[in-house]
Amino acid sequence: MLKLRNINKTFFPNSINERVALSDINLDLDDGDFVTVIGSNGAGKSTVLNTIAGKVSPDTGIVEIAGRNVTRMKDFKRAKYVGRVFQDPMAGTSPDLTIEQNMALAERRGLSRGLSFGITKAKRQRFAAALEVLELGLEKRLSAKVGLLSGGQRQALSLLMATFSEPKILLLDEHTAALDPERARLVTHLTEKVVAEKNLTTLMVTHNMSQALEVGNRLIMMHEGDIILDVSGEAKASMSVEDLLAQFSNIKDAAVSDRTLLQ
Amino acid sequence: MTVTLELGLIYAIMALGVYLTFRILNFPDLTVDQSFTTGAATAAILMVNYDLNPVLALVAAFIAGALAGIVTGLLHAKGGINPLLAGILTMLALYSINLRIMGNRANVPLLGHDTIYSWFNSNGITGWVLILVLAVIILAFKFLLDWFLGTDMGLGLQATGDNEEMVRSFGVSTDAMKIVGLAVSNGLVGLAGAFIAQKQGSADISMGIGLILVGLASVILGQAIFQNRYVTRFADTAAGRLIFGTRNREVLLATTAVIFGSIIYRAAVQGALAIGFHPNDMRLISAIIVVLALLIPKWRVRTRAKSKQTPETQPALQEATNAQA
Repeated sequence: MLKLRNINKTFFPNSINERVALSDINLDLDDGDFVTVIGSNGAGKSTVLNTIAGKVSPDTGIVEIAGRNVTRMKDFKRAKYVGRVFQDPMAGTSPDLTIEQNMALAERRGLSRGLSFGITKAKRQRFAAALEVLELGLEKRLSAKVGLLSGGQRQALSLLMATFSEPKILLLDEHTAALDPERARLVTHLTEKVVAEKNLTTLMVTHNMSQALEVGNRLIMMHEGDIILDVSGEAKASMSVEDLLAQFSNIKDAAVSDRTLLQ
Repeated sequence: MTVTLELGLIYAIMALGVYLTFRILNFPDLTVDQSFTTGAATAAILMVNYDLNPVLALVAAFIAGALAGIVTGLLHAKGGINPLLAGILTMLALYSINLRIMGNRANVPLLGHDTIYSWFNSNGITGWVLILVLAVIILAFKFLLDWFLGTDMGLGLQATGDNEEMVRSFGVSTDAMKIVGLAVSNGLVGLAGAFIAQKQGSADISMGIGLILVGLASVILGQAIFQNRYVTRFADTAAGRLIFGTRNREVLLATTAVIFGSIIYRAAVQGALAIGFHPNDMRLISAIIVVLALLIPKWRVRTRAKSKQTPETQPALQEATNAQA
């Protein structure tokens, strides 16, 4: 479903701030893979996601989605294949538009946007039915401005919008990190539910090691722009947070961030 | 009274255009200052030199204005030029182009040619009847804009001004949206220019200068006065829902406010003239109106916060002010 081949990316090359973000990354995701990505700050997790989404164009290498080479495709065109949920709950929705207008936007991912009505009765019914899954009562507030929703509600809506039109790849960039523990659990639960229901190929960055182990069928660990651990299936299921930490300390000079240790 | 309403209604077309860029796209577009004249000049020349039908001349003015908007849009979206600078560049270039359109003259009189106004006059449409006719025309433009902003494309345009990152992640080309928005906006402005030219009987190279201020004043004034909690509460009632709907209510409320704003602005100008200000003072007065309309809502919030001070909230407020200091 997703293929990354020999991806290299250096930020600010030939300057004092030169930083190798990705060095020769190779990654293959099968249809329906749910991969969690962990690693210390600056390991290149977000850069991988941005490379897949088309926000960052790699210096070398090839990005292939569903057998199509999309390396040179612009981010908004690639959005046809890629759904995203951002860390910031404000980032994934349009605050001045209503819930149903946001969903109408999301529903037309990858389709042309013409001059037919954005909101119709049929669409409202579809949106209400989809929102019911969230169990947040949003289906009764279709014409409320999204700016009025709480962070957790907005993030749940973002998730729904990102998965609404069944993208080939779903990218989740620490999408529960800005939420309180209870909301984070809710959004994580919704994520698992939606991904399973639609059998989405998913890449989820997280700082929470236990979450990284609980969720998904595969785990990769990144360090300094490299994938240093890739476990799936049984091997992943039998791993503990201690094992992961041991892996971390195995790396020479590994800079384990405070944040990682706290969890 | 009728003059105020008449000018207010015609300039409301331009104000709707300014609303589209300034509020919806969040793009302070200065092209307006000259695309107004571009519309007027195009219509006047087509009517004088080619005897074009006055209504078709309005259509031509829309297209000419839209082209100017597309240039600004390309400069910004494809050239990466700052929105203000892109607008200024197009505006300055248009001054020369407008003179060219008018055959290197500063003024094109429409004397002796059919205009919408001569048609109004010969059909006895004057005074209050004219106001009514103009109101219907302006409402038609408002409904068109309301409809456009409620379509799939319109929603993409609205979201572009609101959250660019998000709307790109759903496959909307924000560049295309900005160009479309600027085109429609300046098209409306050009059409308003042609309308004014037909009303005053000539197109003039300086007729658009300072108009961005008029547009901003109408938008800001209208929204400051009209979009308050009483109106929002009314929009929630059955009658309000009938008028403003629920699908795209914010836009319908705002476009209504902009039309009112345009009329209120004209009334303010007439009032200033009536109490003895010179027409030359109008720019200053317009600027002051815009500044006041921008500042008064902020003052209101502050005084409301102060009047609500209670022993419990006071420490919090104190803390907030301390933090600010």
